[in-house]
Amino acid sequence: MLTLDGVHTYYGKSHILHGVSIEVKPGEVVGLLGRNGVGKSTTLKTVMGLIRPSQGTVTFEGRSIGGMAPHHLAHLGIAWVPEERRIFRLLTVMENLRTGLDRAGVTEAKRKTMLDKIYASFPVLAERQNQAGGTLSGGEQQMLAIARAMMLEPKIILLDEPTEGLMPRMVGQISEIIRVLHREGVAILLVEQNVPLTLEASSRVYIMEKGVVRHHAPATDLRANHAVIHQYLGI
Amino acid sequence: MAIPLEQILIQTINGIVNGMILALVASGLTLIFGIMDVVNFAHGDLVMLGGFVGATTIATTGNFWLALLVAAVVIAVFGAVLQATTLRPLIGRDPLTTILATFGISLVLQKYAIWQWGPSARRIQEPITGNFNLFYLQYPWYRLLTAVLAAAIIGALYLFLRYGKYGIWIRATTQDRVMAQAMGIPAPLVHTAVFAIGAGMAAASGVLFGPLGGVTQNIGLDFTLRAFIVVVVGGMGNLGGSILASMFISLLEAYAALIVSPAQAVIVSFIALILTLLFRPTGLFVPTPK
Repeated sequence: MLTLDGVHTYYGKSHILHGVSIEVKPGEVVGLLGRNGVGKSTTLKTVMGLIRPSQGTVTFEGRSIGGMAPHHLAHLGIAWVPEERRIFRLLTVMENLRTGLDRAGVTEAKRKTMLDKIYASFPVLAERQNQAGGTLSGGEQQMLAIARAMMLEPKIILLDEPTEGLMPRMVGQISEIIRVLHREGVAILLVEQNVPLTLEASSRVYIMEKGVVRHHAPATDLRANHAVIHQYLGI
Repeated sequence: MAIPLEQILIQTINGIVNGMILALVASGLTLIFGIMDVVNFAHGDLVMLGGFVGATTIATTGNFWLALLVAAVVIAVFGAVLQATTLRPLIGRDPLTTILATFGISLVLQKYAIWQWGPSARRIQEPITGNFNLFYLQYPWYRLLTAVLAAAIIGALYLFLRYGKYGIWIRATTQDRVMAQAMGIPAPLVHTAVFAIGAGMAAASGVLFGPLGGVTQNIGLDFTLRAFIVVVVGGMGNLGGSILASMFISLLEAYAALIVSPAQAVIVSFIALILTLLFRPTGLFVPTPK
């Protein structure tokens, strides 16, 4: 469904991705592991159209999307949950959700169903509906960021370090929501530092180092063979 | 030297009336700056063009209200075209390029106005002509009406931004353009729409101001300058701050005019600008940044 083939990207003059090739099939959860600064977030930003690849192709459902504007990609069914969460801090929780909900083709009934579903998964967001996004705690902001992406009814979610800096109880909630999304058939490209969570949630895992994919294996293999993880991630 | 109380009251009303017209201009300017980081040095010229379009409409139809509407709509559409053709390609570039671009637009608009409407002032006939007694003065009702109309337009803008679907799009794009786009909001279109709204509001101010000061091709600079001071004093990009600062600056000038000549009173606003930049560059009417 989503394919990156030999993608190179630059930030100004610094060469970040040196020919990254990754594939995500429909409904699949794919992990992307690697140390800090190896280009995992850049890979997601390239897919989201925030950085234009200088070489290589990005295709989504058979069409080339390299260089397309992010708002078109959102309409095609790609959602992004950035590492910094990027909640609209001065907008209320409800208004944050409305940025994804207020689009053509969402009827009043559908709106209600989607909100009910989100509030069932994240009851705290229902309580804080009218509170400014900036006043939420880190974990609550993370839930809002995921909920906001779900409002787009995406086919794939690019999930960037969702558990970073969260309390263990919150981490559990995040891995639960990944399971729920997977059950509903939403594909996820998951960038994480949390190796056990990634190996558990994903079917396949790519390991990146210095802007390239060094290793690619089913998660079950990596769970059994810890040497590879140790070699690339040092843990 | 004691200043009589009634003079202070009169100047308070004058300050509020001038402040509301200024707020109408400045809120467009601050909205545009907030969302696309462009200081629109042609903003006052949109006020001027609005005044001329309004004057022309009144000359042909005799209807002030129609003129107000026509000027706002025509200049809003013009603003959208202007933004899409000259500013959109410059978004994200060095601020100097957009400053030069809007400054250039300002010059072009002024020359166009002199070519189209000539150098003499057009006075717009006010829709209501009565006066009421304010101490020893005959105070025109129209001046109060402008304040009320300006407040109504700003109030409508507030409600639109607060509750409307597109208002949320505008606020989201202002806060985080990239994230808004990732949520499917067409940021380039939102930019154009905001520029159009700001231009329409500027044009409305031009028509409202027409009966008070007359419209000439060079009134734009004064509006741009005053609105710019207000936007800086109120906190760049902060709508509520700009409205408060419009009031603050206009009242300050009105009171200063009690002591010195009105021309000298303008100096007070420059002093306010300089003090703000020196001691509180984020603006007077915004919470202290953490």
